[in-house]
Amino acid sequence: MSTFAPAPGRAPMRTILATQIRMELLLTARRGEAVVLAMGVPLLVLLGAGLFDVTNLPTTDRLGYVVPGVLALTVMSTAFTGQAITTGYERSYGVLKRLGASPLTRPGLLLAKTAAVLVQIAVQVLVLALVGLAVGWRPEAGALLPALGVTVLATAGYSGLALLLASILKPETTTGAATLIYVVMLSVGGIMFGAPDLGTAGWFLLPLAAHAEALRETLMYGGSVPAGIWLALAVWAIAWPALAARKFRWE
Amino acid sequence: MTAARSSLTWWKQSTIRCMEAIEVTGLRKTYGGRDAVAGIDLVVARGEIFSLLGPNGAGKTTTVEILEGHRRRTAGDVRVLGEDPGRAGSAWRARIGIVLQDADDAADLTVHEMVRHIAGFYPEARKADEVIELVGLSEKRNSKIRTLSGGQRRRVDVALGIVGRPELLFLDEPTTGFDPEARRQFWDLIRTLAADGTTIVLTTHYLDEAEALADRLAVVAEGRIVAEGTPATLGGRAAAEARVSWTENGTARTEQVPDPTDLIRRLLADGVDLTTLTITRPTLEDTYLSLIGATR
Repeated sequence: MSTFAPAPGRAPMRTILATQIRMELLLTARRGEAVVLAMGVPLLVLLGAGLFDVTNLPTTDRLGYVVPGVLALTVMSTAFTGQAITTGYERSYGVLKRLGASPLTRPGLLLAKTAAVLVQIAVQVLVLALVGLAVGWRPEAGALLPALGVTVLATAGYSGLALLLASILKPETTTGAATLIYVVMLSVGGIMFGAPDLGTAGWFLLPLAAHAEALRETLMYGGSVPAGIWLALAVWAIAWPALAARKFRWE
Repeated sequence: MTAARSSLTWWKQSTIRCMEAIEVTGLRKTYGGRDAVAGIDLVVARGEIFSLLGPNGAGKTTTVEILEGHRRRTAGDVRVLGEDPGRAGSAWRARIGIVLQDADDAADLTVHEMVRHIAGFYPEARKADEVIELVGLSEKRNSKIRTLSGGQRRRVDVALGIVGRPELLFLDEPTTGFDPEARRQFWDLIRTLAADGTTIVLTTHYLDEAEALADRLAVVAEGRIVAEGTPATLGGRAAAEARVSWTENGTARTEQVPDPTDLIRRLLADGVDLTTLTITRPTLEDTYLSLIGATR
């Protein structure tokens, strides 16, 4: 067969997904300095609030309280803020329009982006945890699995919301909104201070507070994640990506 | 391999099922009460190079984007490779190659990385290096796309459009920013693809490009097709009167005649000096301009 003859066809969906995930990771690596910079705020909070009495915490184990919160903050920073800003600009630059012309589907792109973000988060969380351990953080190792579980749910929820915002707002507006939400969550999310007690409703409104609380319950006390938090993060993990898959636009 | 073979079989079957690559009846697209496309009928046969011409804002790109499945239509019936582009899934999309008018690129990637990436979506994709060679970008293989000139980026677009070996290729103003040599090279590539069975839909501003490549063309103005035909016959071009000019006793003379034979015979018989004789028919550009001028 001549190399000019058409031979149309679509690669298996898992090949397409793997290809796209590899590409997203390559692009992430290319902006490696941004990935490192994104760890700046969490690192400052970890060392500042974790080692010095700069804020009032509802406990004397400052690192035990602050490190899980910082890990949750990093997840939000990468999966939500960073992702919303990057995707918003990709869309306005026409990068995504090209992918829209390919057999990659919308849910496929969202899944690939979320998977790539998970890999990035794994690396960042590992680094921050190691820094924490180095300065004296002593977590409980018994409840690692539920801690990982809520982290995956939180990532999926943030990622869905990020892609939704990036899809319906202009890139400049996305950047502003994502930064604003980051600052609000950081202030009331129970990272450096105790979170306002809003009861169960609070877990649905402040996923960062819910995630941080779940990580403290598991990593600080070796306990289990409250059912309300599982439910709240699961709702986020399903609702936002589902909405994003419906509303997402390539251009 | 099995998947590739079964998709090939399926492609052959669908070829038998539907002989036309594109069938459009009564296509309309309205933006805020204004018709961008105001009722277009169109048939593109398989293996044909079909060109859409028209001024900016005539509805060319809107029409093409509806055919590509990138835009929803307001009304009308559209079949592309036997399916409705508004509903077709990713298997259909994989049979189509698209060179977008205004796509930018993942600027942090090199030419080779980007082409190889898109190739990964197709089971029998062309080799990335082969495609890069075909569009004449071998020297820029390892350059970041954002460092390329406009014409070179356009060639990346073309490479990405053909890497999946599509059976139907949409080219939306593909040679904008090409230097003359690159354009000739691109034309050869398109002719080769068409000769081996790819159906091609080309929108362009360059009338010489349409004339050089298209088997058939249609002129779109204000959302409608105002003329359709081959480059030689479009808008009654073949039947148009010839314009004969010569100089007689120091005065310039011009006559318009359907067939210049008798006139020339008479001039010869009269012993007129024919050194400055010219006979011209309307160029495709003349025909095009009079066609779109008529709608204004």
